[in-house]
Amino acid sequence: MARMAITLTVNGQARSLDVEPDTPLLWAIRDTLGLTGTKFGCGVAACGACTVHINGKAERSCSIPVSAIGGASIITIEGLAAGGKLNAVQQAWLDQQVPQCGYCQSGMIMAVSALLAEKPHATDAEVDHAITNICRCGTFARIRKAIQTLAADQGGGA
Amino acid sequence: MGKWTRRAFIGAGVLVGGGLVIGVTGAALAPVRHGLRDEDAENIGQLTTWILITPDNAVTVLIPHCEMGQGAQTALAMMAAEEMDADWANVRVKEAPATDEYANAYIVRAFVNDVPGPFERGFDYGTYRLARWFGLQVTGGSMSVRGTGHHGMRVAGAAAREMLVAAAAKTFGVSAGECTVANSRVTHAASNRSATFGELAKAATQESVPTHPALKDPKSYTLRRKPQQRIDLRSKVDGSAIYGIDYTMPGLLHAAVEIAPVIGGKLVSVDTSAAEKMPGVKKVVQLEEAVAVVADSYWRARTALASLKPQFDDAGHGAVSSASIAEAFDKAIGAAPEMPAAATVIKADYTVPFLPHATMEPMACTARVNGDRAEIWAGTQDPLNARKTAADALGISPENVQYTNLALGGGFGRKLPGNLDFVGMSARIAKAASPAPVKMIWSRETDMQHGYYRPAGMSRFAGALDASGRPVAITSLYAGGGDGESTFMPYAIDDMKHSARDAKHPVRTGPWRSVLNSQHGFFKESFIDEMAHAAKKDPFAFRRDLMTDQPRFKAVLERLAAMANWGSPLPPREGRGIAICESFGSIVGEIAHVSVSPEGVLKVKEVCAVADCGDVVNTDTAAAQLEGGVMFGLSAALLGAVTIKDGKVEQTNFYDFRTMILRDAPTVRVDFVISGAHPGGLGEPGVPPIAAAVTNAIFAATGIRVRELPIKNAKLAATT
Ligand code: FES
Ligand code: FES
Repeated sequence: MARMAITLTVNGQARSLDVEPDTPLLWAIRDTLGLTGTKFGCGVAACGACTVHINGKAERSCSIPVSAIGGASIITIEGLAAGGKLNAVQQAWLDQQVPQCGYCQSGMIMAVSALLAEKPHATDAEVDHAITNICRCGTFARIRKAIQTLAADQGGGA
Repeated sequence: MGKWTRRAFIGAGVLVGGGLVIGVTGAALAPVRHGLRDEDAENIGQLTTWILITPDNAVTVLIPHCEMGQGAQTALAMMAAEEMDADWANVRVKEAPATDEYANAYIVRAFVNDVPGPFERGFDYGTYRLARWFGLQVTGGSMSVRGTGHHGMRVAGAAAREMLVAAAAKTFGVSAGECTVANSRVTHAASNRSATFGELAKAATQESVPTHPALKDPKSYTLRRKPQQRIDLRSKVDGSAIYGIDYTMPGLLHAAVEIAPVIGGKLVSVDTSAAEKMPGVKKVVQLEEAVAVVADSYWRARTALASLKPQFDDAGHGAVSSASIAEAFDKAIGAAPEMPAAATVIKADYTVPFLPHATMEPMACTARVNGDRAEIWAGTQDPLNARKTAADALGISPENVQYTNLALGGGFGRKLPGNLDFVGMSARIAKAASPAPVKMIWSRETDMQHGYYRPAGMSRFAGALDASGRPVAITSLYAGGGDGESTFMPYAIDDMKHSARDAKHPVRTGPWRSVLNSQHGFFKESFIDEMAHAAKKDPFAFRRDLMTDQPRFKAVLERLAAMANWGSPLPPREGRGIAICESFGSIVGEIAHVSVSPEGVLKVKEVCAVADCGDVVNTDTAAAQLEGGVMFGLSAALLGAVTIKDGKVEQTNFYDFRTMILRDAPTVRVDFVISGAHPGGLGEPGVPPIAAAVTNAIFAATGIRVRELPIKNAKLAATT
């Protein structure tokens, strides 16, 4: 497959890249654009470590080729904190001291931010359904608490 | 640099710019100690645990342990800052570089010199290859706080404080005893004078180093035993933390690898001609056990790798399977142990599978090789051993390897010495592509199939109860690994024996969060529960009444039962199960509360955990470690298994190796007993009790005894 010039809108900026069209968005973001906050965990949409927002929806970037993005707006973990101020989910993650190794947490925070933007008062059942990311360190108890705190406030989506 | 006192090995020196440096060396146990002369001291010159005080009043603690999620760096800095009475807001942490001077021999000391209780019962040095630890810089075995912190950080902090006070007393012209210290400031109240650490640092370097600085009475702690925010977490919520897999540099090439699928297999042949012409491909590298593609992007390397059709041999292991290994265990163990004549005799077999670490970050390492020199970047639990592994793979001296440790996306034992195959592999690939730097990333499939698995195991128990229901004998025969610590049962039963049987298999195994305790915690705490039910006694009371010689165990068990409201009524098909284990010097008891639907769907609703780890440094990270241990162990108990077929690991990725996600996770409540005993670990001891706590709860809810993990394979539906 031949390379082609592709323009992606990432964290509000138009970025042009020259990659094969079947390149997963994950590797374009990490290797070509140098945004390494988005993580590789499985490559098959099974873990959620690579979650980004595409037009506001949480998507697993390892399983979406760059050719499928078009003009959609992509937000990565680096784009969540506007002007250096953490978004509500990131702040809740700090308040509850959620991360252990932290490797899964970019994806977790992206998934939760998208959910709460759509459903600011998501119930536990809605959260269980939507948040299927894997954390091997076992931070789930604190993730639950952080989400509950956010959902009890006015919602904390990005 | 610095003055040395030969006896205490506390040293101090002046930093460029007038700061004070103080540390405690681990050289007390290193071979150089024996030849230590005053002239050498200056050359050795570096200290294991460092505290730097700079004129800007910042206190920097240099820590010889990596941060893999336990909050160890924060805890160690707290231990030093507490003794100093430093202002926590002005304390910084830096990870020490991978050079021999930072070898944390305190690990060895924590195991050998100050042998905590359980190890006296026969710590198996083979498990962690203790010998190899000499001169290593390991984060594992729950050692950071127990070793480096307890013996190093506290003493260095106390020494720094005494030197700062002495300097202040001279400056003020008063006696040291009249000065007080708080928030990085020494004050002489009577004359209303004070000075900051930063202002005093330079003068303090002129003071002699106290050989036995006074340590604080724990009752006067102001920083420890309280929740403190971890210093590294901001970077872990905004995406800025750099893990091993994230490292990049100009001109970086990328490697993807395929390893012989059968255990121990070797590469026989591969036709590389087509792949070499694919876009971006620089080189196809043939290694003894693998083939790698080096390209200008990871995706291109992976794409070219997928087009290769390498032929591997099976090293004669093509017939190995989980079934053949189970058979070997069964045969090695043989007949059930003999029991004395008694009113009741019960017997049970338990088995556990292999488990992968499946760290969220797959194995990744960057290497640049140039002639007889190399640079390595990765996240490992032992920087010094990583350096040596790379050096050995390249056939050069470790001094010629510069190793930089980066954040770890999980360790759990996978990145300990002996398990650093990926570092050696990365170095060999980079050598073939020299002088370009090459980042090698394993796919999840490679990671899943080429681990150092938690050993599978089997244990065959027999036990005897007298007519009053009191146990008089317990014997177990086990295969798959075990030792005095992991098989220890804290119960006053006269006749207790646990014996290992040897059954060989070629599967690569290694330490997995809590090492041998996860298997034996399940075995022994299941069997004592079966004994309790056979005696028609309450499982909590039965255990407690047998803890006559074990006051620490008893205190944990009683606190736990009260916390979980043990014995209060539950709806039908719900139950509580209890288990308690000691590992890495900490005693942890857990109670699981489960429900099992009539269709057999298990839900773990809540887990309560109580730990006696001696003392607690940071209550919040301590709680997080216990919670994490419970979840990690629970995920394995419910779902985890690696199975072998035709000499290969069958699982490939997270869709066929399932792990817990949010919806499976119970509420976890934790508490601590502060016994003041020698500090124990916390990263691992939460794991061992959980499997038995859950299967014991399933028995209470349904009458079904699960003796084989994972629990997902058990049939729990109600029989009609
Ligand atoms: S890396 Fe994309 S879901 Fe796992
Ligand atoms: S914090 Fe380590 S995998 Fe989630």
